[in-house]
Amino acid sequence: MFDALTPSELEALRLSLKVAGVSVLASLPVGFVLAWLLARCRFPGRTLLDAVVHLPLVLPPVVIGYLLLVMFGRRGPIGQWLEETFGIVLAFRWTGAALACALMGLPLLVRAIRQSLEAIDRRLESAAATLGASPAWVLASVTIPLALPGIVTGMLLSFARSLGEFGATITFVSNIPGETQTLPLAIYTYTQVPGGDPQALRLCAISVVLSLAALLVSEVLVRRANRTILGDAH
Amino acid sequence: MRIDIDVERRLGAFRLQAAFASDAPVTALFGRSGCGKSTALNLVAGLLRPDRGRIAIGERVLFDSTSGVDVAPEKRRIGYVFQDALLLPHLKVRQNLSYGRFFTPAGARWADFDKIVALLDLAPLLERRPHRLSGGEKQRVAIGRALLASPQLLLMDEPLASLDAGRRGEILYYIERLRDEVGVPILYVSHEIEEVVRLAGQMVLLSDGTVAACGPVHELMGRIELRRLIGRYEGGAVIEARVAAQDLKSGLARLAFPGGELIVPDVDALVGEALRIRVRARDVSIALEEPRGISVLNCFRGRIAEIGSEPGASVDVRIDVAGTPILARITRHSAERLRLAPGQEVWALVKAVSLDRHSVGYA
Repeated sequence: MFDALTPSELEALRLSLKVAGVSVLASLPVGFVLAWLLARCRFPGRTLLDAVVHLPLVLPPVVIGYLLLVMFGRRGPIGQWLEETFGIVLAFRWTGAALACALMGLPLLVRAIRQSLEAIDRRLESAAATLGASPAWVLASVTIPLALPGIVTGMLLSFARSLGEFGATITFVSNIPGETQTLPLAIYTYTQVPGGDPQALRLCAISVVLSLAALLVSEVLVRRANRTILGDAH
Repeated sequence: MRIDIDVERRLGAFRLQAAFASDAPVTALFGRSGCGKSTALNLVAGLLRPDRGRIAIGERVLFDSTSGVDVAPEKRRIGYVFQDALLLPHLKVRQNLSYGRFFTPAGARWADFDKIVALLDLAPLLERRPHRLSGGEKQRVAIGRALLASPQLLLMDEPLASLDAGRRGEILYYIERLRDEVGVPILYVSHEIEEVVRLAGQMVLLSDGTVAACGPVHELMGRIELRRLIGRYEGGAVIEARVAAQDLKSGLARLAFPGGELIVPDVDALVGEALRIRVRARDVSIALEEPRGISVLNCFRGRIAEIGSEPGASVDVRIDVAGTPILARITRHSAERLRLAPGQEVWALVKAVSLDRHSVGYA
C-alpha cells in the first residue's frame, strides 16, 4: 500500500508544501508587526485588534473562506482592484489557497511571537540604546534575536496549520487538482469516490508524517535557540 | 569635564527635582532607596524625559526644555552600567564588548579594546556567553562594554548591589582603576556610604526627590544636620589625609592631616599617597582632659563646634580639630555628665582598629 507515491499524490504533496511555505513567509512580516503592536503598544482599539486577530481561531473556516471569496473574488472589491492594478488573481489559484492558509495560521503566529516579545526584558533594549543603537538597530540586534524562539515556533505552528487547512481553502479557491487541491482536499476527494479508501489512507499517512516532522523540527530549533540564549540547563 | 544637571520629573505621586553640577572624577549620587537616584540617572541617559530642565556635559547640551533640545539616548554617548549588568544574552562576551564600539563614530572612539580588556582582566572571558559568567564577571563585562562605546560620561547604578561581599571589593578595585587610568567622569549611584567615601570626591545627597546637599564628600560628611540622611550607623566625618609614614613592623600607617596625625592599621598605600578616611561617629569618644594610660592611639585636641539638637538617647557632637571636623556620637547622658558645651576644649579619641579597610578611600 505504501510504495512509491503516484504522480497525483506527489502533485498534492508538492502543492501543499508550496502553499504552506508561501503562506507562512507572506504572513510572517504581518504577524510580527501585529504581535509587536499587541505586545508593546497601548492604543485605542487594541483589544478589538486582538480579538480580530484571533477570529480565524474561533470562526468556522467556511466563514473565512466565504468572506475571502466575497472580498478577493474577481468581482469582489479587493479582488477586482488587485486584478486591475497589478494583474493579480487570487480566486481559484494556489496563491488564493496560500492567502486562506495565511489567514487561518495568523492567530497562532501572532500568539507565539507576542509571547516571546512580552518575555523580553525591555531594559536590555534600553542598554543597547545607551550603547548607541538606534531603534531600528535595537530591533534587529536585540529584539528579533531574543524573540527568535517564538518566531520559529509561530512559523512552524502556522505551517502545520496550513498543511491541515481545509474549509477556508475549498470555499475560497475550490478543489482544482494541480492548482488548489492540497493534501486535505485530495483526501476529501478520494473519500467521496467509491473505492477511494486506499488512496485516502495513503494521503492520511503522508499528512501525519509531514505534520509530525514539522513539530519535531520546531522543537529542535526552539531548543537550539534557547540553548544559545539561556544556556544548557534550559 | 563638568556635568551640569537641573531636572524635574514627575512619576505618579513621586516628584524628582534635582539640580547639581560637578567636575570631580567621581560624583556620588547618594540617598536611601526610593529617593530618586536611579530616576536621575535615567533622565541623564535619556531613557526618561524630564518634564523640565537642562542637562549638559561640558559644552554639549543633551537636553534643554527651553530651547527644545532632546538628544536621543543612542546619540548621547553616555555609558550606563546597570545594577544587574544587562548583558545581551545571545551574544558572547567579545560581541557584547564590541557592541557599543560598532555604533561609535570612528572619530569619537577613544577606548582601545585591548587596553580596556587588560584593565578589567576580561581576556579569559571573551569567548564565553553571559549565562556562564559569575555576578562579578558580568559586572566587569558591563563596565568594559560601556567604556568601549567611548562615552563622555559613565553612569553607574549601584553596580555592587547584586554582588556578594567578596565580589564587591573586587569590583570596587576595578572602578578605582578605571577612575585613575581612564579619565572618564563617573556619576555613581549608591546607598552605601562606604562606597561613596572610597570612590567619590563630590557627593550629591538626595532625599525624597530633592537635593539635600551637594559638595565635597569630606565637607558633607562633617555636617551634623546631614547625619540623619547619611545614616547614623555608618556615618561620620571624612578626613582627607596623606600617608606620612608606613611602619612595616607594627603594620601601622601615620596619616597626616591639618589637625595632626591619624594612626591607622593595614593601609595599603605608599608614603605620599592621598587618602580619605571615614571616622565613624560612633567610634569616637570624648574626654575632658588628655587621657593617660589608655590603649587608644588617636587622641586629638579640639574645640566643640556644635552639639546636635535631635531628640533621643544619643547626640552628635562636632569637634573642630585645627579646622578639620570630627564627629562624635555619644549618649546624651554622657554629654550632660561632662557638661559639654560649644566652645569647650575637649579631646577626641579614636581607636586605630576602628579604622579598617572599609573606612579608607583612595583620593
